[in-house]
Amino acid sequence: MATTIHEPPRIEERRHPSPISGSGNGSGRGLVPAGGNLRSVQEYAPPPASTGIWVALAAITMSFAALTSALVVRKGGAPDWRHFTLPSILYANTLVLLASSVTLEISRRRVATFMGGLRSRVANPARWLYVTLSLGLLFVAGQYAAWRQLSAQGLYLATNPSSSFFYVFTAAHALHVLGGLGGLARVIRKLNQFVLRRSTLDATSRYWHFMDVLWVYLLVLLLMKL
Amino acid sequence: MHDMSAHAHVAHHAPPTSFIRKHIFSLDHKVIGKQYYGLALLAVFVGMFLSWLMRLHLGWTNLTIPGLHLLSSNGAPGNVMTPEYYLQLMTMHATIMVFFVLTTAPFAAFGNYFLPIQVGAEDMPFPRFNMMSFWITFAGFVVLVSSFFVGDGPTLGGWTQYAPLSAVGSVAGPGEGSGVVLWAISIALFCVGQLLGSLNFITTTLDMRTKGMSLWRLPLSTWAWFITSVMGLTAFAVLMPACILLILDHVAGTSFFVPSNLVISDQVQPHSGGSTLLWQHLFWFFGHPEVYIAIVPGMGIISHVLIANMRRPMLSHRTLIYSFGALAVLSYMVYGHHMFVSGMNPVSSIAFSFPTLIITIPSTILVLIWLGSLYGARLRINTASLFALGFISMFISGGVSGFFLAQPSIDIMLHATYFVVGHFHMVMGVAAMFGIFAGTYFWFPKMFGRMMNETLGKVHFWLTFVGTYCIFMPFHYLGLAGNVRRYQAFVVDYMQPLVPVHRFITVAALITGAAQLIFLYNLIHSRFWGEPAPENPWQATSLEWSTPSSPPPFDNFGGKLPVVYHDPYQYGVEGSTGDYVMQDSPEQIETVRDEG
Repeated sequence: MATTIHEPPRIEERRHPSPISGSGNGSGRGLVPAGGNLRSVQEYAPPPASTGIWVALAAITMSFAALTSALVVRKGGAPDWRHFTLPSILYANTLVLLASSVTLEISRRRVATFMGGLRSRVANPARWLYVTLSLGLLFVAGQYAAWRQLSAQGLYLATNPSSSFFYVFTAAHALHVLGGLGGLARVIRKLNQFVLRRSTLDATSRYWHFMDVLWVYLLVLLLMKL
Repeated sequence: MHDMSAHAHVAHHAPPTSFIRKHIFSLDHKVIGKQYYGLALLAVFVGMFLSWLMRLHLGWTNLTIPGLHLLSSNGAPGNVMTPEYYLQLMTMHATIMVFFVLTTAPFAAFGNYFLPIQVGAEDMPFPRFNMMSFWITFAGFVVLVSSFFVGDGPTLGGWTQYAPLSAVGSVAGPGEGSGVVLWAISIALFCVGQLLGSLNFITTTLDMRTKGMSLWRLPLSTWAWFITSVMGLTAFAVLMPACILLILDHVAGTSFFVPSNLVISDQVQPHSGGSTLLWQHLFWFFGHPEVYIAIVPGMGIISHVLIANMRRPMLSHRTLIYSFGALAVLSYMVYGHHMFVSGMNPVSSIAFSFPTLIITIPSTILVLIWLGSLYGARLRINTASLFALGFISMFISGGVSGFFLAQPSIDIMLHATYFVVGHFHMVMGVAAMFGIFAGTYFWFPKMFGRMMNETLGKVHFWLTFVGTYCIFMPFHYLGLAGNVRRYQAFVVDYMQPLVPVHRFITVAALITGAAQLIFLYNLIHSRFWGEPAPENPWQATSLEWSTPSSPPPFDNFGGKLPVVYHDPYQYGVEGSTGDYVMQDSPEQIETVRDEG
């Protein structure tokens, strides 16, 4: 197995964890020729967290697509569907969640500056992350308030298929948001310990923004169908 | 090879030292792969034991089976199986086999162990998710088996759990209360476990390949696991919410799947307006890809095994990969063929029938490439290659009946008969099992550093091969004769002459099942006392045979990562000094690229 391969070029720190991957796109570029000549090797490999988050989002999309089709089929096939007006607090919650995405972007830039070595310019890079975390918690609390409003009107999980779907969709989304909050808390902890990877932050924020988009989609769906 | 120490961040978790971290809550993909294998082994013997009980009852109804009452307090009074208990055993047999054996062993077990090594990585990118994946799956198995001991036993609804009977509670029969809820929790857990596994598989394949390992240079087994993980990601993501809706119908009184005015056991059910077909759509959207999740890894494994034993690559590497991909895509478009008799619009039946016939094309291409490549090859006959041949045999024999079933007009006649049972047992049950066996005999030396006993292996093969044909070929005959499936006794006039066939099948099943004990003995004995394995016992080319030891060290390649220079299967190449060239050998050879 001993070969005459030279020391591979150094890779940037954040390219975790396989610095000597193949082309990554399967196009056949950047292969090591049989002669062992390394000149044409392409060094770029996307960090797994970046690919992984897209894969995870694809799975979440599939789950909500399945629930959406269930809603469409269930509504179309039964005369017992009862329409109701969505609790008004949902709109405020939507604004809170959208605002959290904005604050997350602000914090992402500040962390980037911080990680770029310009520490003196960024006093507390985690501050906006805390704001995002608080807004996320506020959103979940707001969703809880929406459920309380509905139950005060006598609309429970099993009251009608429309209310069943409302609770299922909002609860499934809230659980995913709670997962995102866990991710944000982890990012803050790592940032405070100076071990945060850029790819972790990017993956977490991609997930968070996706929760926004998903919520807006769900709100429109529920508005149209319930 | 490259020195990994130059990249300190590569080794993203250190070798564990404590017993718990090393063997139980391990982050090492190899340990997790072996854990999955162990789970599948436990599950397959449980599942097989249940099938023995069912077969005994089918052959000799009202037979007293000593000790049967121990399994169920109310399902076997006087050690004779009740009809309901038969259905409970059937449901548990199917669920255990489909999920915890046919998905767990070829995909999760071998994939976990060998995918990272074959791409030249030191581990999966998310080892914690990987560990969670196994333990969540294990929890799912425990929950499923626990239903034997809770309430009135496990569910009797079949592995498909058709609504509304699965959604109304114990009024629908024993096990339809807590049994169904435990079943749904178990499957939802299983889905979460496999989603986490798929996430790791996909990311490993895309991002963790070593230098020089392009996608086309991946071995066929890795391609199969990769494509399967894409299927798993989409299929399990649909089944999980479906299970949650089913649980809600049970415990929260919702009406997703239960229609209005449904009367069961003279009681009007307190549900309204649900759609029974909705469950079928959600289930089969998962269910048919699941068939391919079970079989595609086997296809990859046996291709890999055959190539090493033929000493030449397949006729077309790329066409095989395209065919795997075509199976994956088409598997989502055919699911409605399970619902031809559900009252679906006949136009939908035709729409589902068409891709069902189309999907036979990539399947046929695969078979033709295997056979064409075998033609004229001097195949080395060993247990692994025998099981690989057995896989092809089973896949053809079981696949041919699929042509008939794909057509709605014929399916109406054959639906819910033993013809269907024979079809799927051969094409995705036994064939996938043969894939598992081929993989086991082939990779055992790498996983445990010892060889399995070849003589015992061949005895195991021939008994299993002949035995499974004796069991499942007559199923087709029974089906054509109108023998309905899921019946626990054949008392109707026209079915009584078929009982001797059932007795023959039962005897064959008992013998074939007993032959698996030879395998178990071989596995355990070889693990501890087998002949030490040489470094590369099959003279194979892919990266799992480039690791410095068997089993591989914690980081797979001993502080280094291999560099890949060649396509995966360089056997008998012009200009080479030997019969084969390892993927990471820098030897200069004339390579004829397969452009598909």
